Amino acid sequence: MKGYRRYFLNKLLWLLVTAVFAFLLNFTLPRLMPGDPVAAIVSRLAQGMSNSTGMKAVYEQYATQFGTNKPIIEQFFLYVGNVFKGNFGSSFSQFPRPVIDILKSSIWWTVGLQFPAIIVGWIIGNILGVLAAYIRKGFDKVIMPVSLFISNLPAFGMAVILLVIFAVDLKWFPTSGGYGFDLIPEFSWRFIWSVIVHYQLPFWSIVLIAIGGQAIGMRSMSIYELNADYVKYARFLGIKDRKIVGYVFRNAMLPQITGLALAIGTMVGGALVAEIIFSYPGLGTTLLTAIQGQDYPLISAVTLIITVMVLIANFTLEIIYGLIDPRIKAAQSD
Amino acid sequence: MKHTLQQIFHSSKFLTGFVIFMSILLVTIFYPLFVPNPPLEIIAQGSFFPPGTYVSNYDAVFSSTAYTLNLPDASAKRIAAKLGNKERSDIKDYLIKVGVPADQIDTTNTTQLLDQWTKNYDPKANIPGMIFSQQRYYQRLDKSLAGLLSSEGLIIAAKNVDTGALEQVGMINQNDYVNIKEVASVRTLPLGTDNFGRDVLTELVKATSVSLEIGLIAGTIATLIGLILGLLAGYIGGAVDDVIMFITNLFTVIPSFVLLILISYSVGQEHRGAVMVATVIGFTSWVWTTRSVRSQVISLRNRDHVNLSKLSGHSLVYIITHDILPYIASYVVMAFILQISSAILAEASLSILGLGPKTSEVPTLGLMMNWAMIYQAQILGKWWAYFPVLLVIALITFSMNLMNTGMDQVFNPALRD
Repeated sequence: MKGYRRYFLNKLLWLLVTAVFAFLLNFTLPRLMPGDPVAAIVSRLAQGMSNSTGMKAVYEQYATQFGTNKPIIEQFFLYVGNVFKGNFGSSFSQFPRPVIDILKSSIWWTVGLQFPAIIVGWIIGNILGVLAAYIRKGFDKVIMPVSLFISNLPAFGMAVILLVIFAVDLKWFPTSGGYGFDLIPEFSWRFIWSVIVHYQLPFWSIVLIAIGGQAIGMRSMSIYELNADYVKYARFLGIKDRKIVGYVFRNAMLPQITGLALAIGTMVGGALVAEIIFSYPGLGTTLLTAIQGQDYPLISAVTLIITVMVLIANFTLEIIYGLIDPRIKAAQSD
Repeated sequence: MKHTLQQIFHSSKFLTGFVIFMSILLVTIFYPLFVPNPPLEIIAQGSFFPPGTYVSNYDAVFSSTAYTLNLPDASAKRIAAKLGNKERSDIKDYLIKVGVPADQIDTTNTTQLLDQWTKNYDPKANIPGMIFSQQRYYQRLDKSLAGLLSSEGLIIAAKNVDTGALEQVGMINQNDYVNIKEVASVRTLPLGTDNFGRDVLTELVKATSVSLEIGLIAGTIATLIGLILGLLAGYIGGAVDDVIMFITNLFTVIPSFVLLILISYSVGQEHRGAVMVATVIGFTSWVWTTRSVRSQVISLRNRDHVNLSKLSGHSLVYIITHDILPYIASYVVMAFILQISSAILAEASLSILGLGPKTSEVPTLGLMMNWAMIYQAQILGKWWAYFPVLLVIALITFSMNLMNTGMDQVFNPALRD
């Protein structure tokens, strides 16, 4: 257990370091942008105002309110402090709505959509990968090229294709949104059903993409394992094939967990764009409106939330991995 | 070297990928030679003209020879084009609404149906339960049906310059035909036009070549950074390795997509050309190459031939270029291929978010996708605006990945079939 604790603390420290770094990036990069967003707001508000002292007063009031007239270091500490209080400032494009309010209404849609989809895709992909490696002839010939082609389709491409086939042509599912446009979020069967129906297409487009990539990786891993000595030995002993595949699956699975931890960032990125195609009310769509509205508090908050989500997912996977793989405990207690 | 190349080209996967990729590349090179039209020229007034051959109406009327063909099914075709099954049933619905008994309406009897229609249709009538768009639909339908059954020709009249009166200059009979080769102005748009009225095919070819360029620039930058960092970390080791690995691990967990968004946004719209976007993508995607190059170098570092080289007093640069690089060259090439394809995807994703290269100069695959999405081509059923783009993206990445898998099988015997 001591070895595991060291592993855990090591990973926790790493989580903190990356989080700090993510904060820094999120704070600095949008502020390097040319142009003054406060000036943009003021010019929008002060349309038709001819008095320049009045405009200056308005500008200064907003500069104080947004804190853009303070030195950059002070702004950073203010920012970090505020983020921990859950205060991301006010949105520029939907002024005076606070950013946290916008995030609260969109984050659960993204979490509810992406993580189940990625996990389901991962599981199905791995099973198909092992089967492809085990059966090889025939099955391998079909599954491999198909998953190779599917995984090469960008997530938004899959989203568009599913949208056109199932929503526009067959009209089985709605084309956009997270629930019917005539409903308000409430706890009723009608609303829940509407959410489920709207959920299907974005969900399956992410799942299908994840399946493709995972199946390919799992197939190569399993082929390595199938050639390992223990498999040959087990075959000599006359152990049933079904059982051997089970062993191979478990051994090939371990690297796949690390693979998932490393790929989750890319997957989330792709899935965010898929959300946009369906105008799903999650972070992806929020990000799009923020970019269109030149709304840097919102952009910075969305990217920060996404980064933190990915970091936590990563951390969780590594913790699970440490629990499953005995080699980690052994390596740490040396 | 020659032997390796031979081996690679024997792999069917690599060969398929190579052929697909080369055909795309050749099309982007040769198409502009045959069709020199500027790719972003707006030729259509209006958006999303369907694919097909467009014949100038004016030139067709005045083409030198008029041919008379007596085709028996011509008038039936003409009626069917205007009056399909849907229109017939719509007419029936209308007639029932204005009080014609349903059993008197026969949708297959064209003459009777049109007769009933002209008798009962009143564009000003207010039919309960009919929404405005339906009213407009019937008005349009009525207009298109006018003169459908007439068997006389049309008179062409021109305005007399002096008097302003119309004078007959020609007559088009229903059985007059033109040979399309004799019409002065004909333009084939194999993929129609996009939302701005530009020729999709010409635009797509240009977009493909720009996207490939973006992939190439980004891939080169990423591979170079990855190679240099990986070599330094792996070969020198120690503190250099620690620092490089710290940075690499940092950028592994922070999603590169987020970095891409933040940097592209910070660069600002004015400075975001295709090359700029490619550079940004290159600078955010070197992590994987660094990791794999480093682990390769570490396993090579203590091999006998490297030690021998060190003992012989060769310089660091010599050892790296002569004793290490040749051994990892295949990995680097494979990584480079993957970088190109993922850079093309990254550009497309960025463009959909509205952070792609500045518009109005060159198209890219991502921008074309973005335009199609903004103008809702997918919901309006204008497949030619987005499907060819998706297909090209998928084909490029597919061919690159096939090449990569093919090479992997050559260099990794365990994966061979």
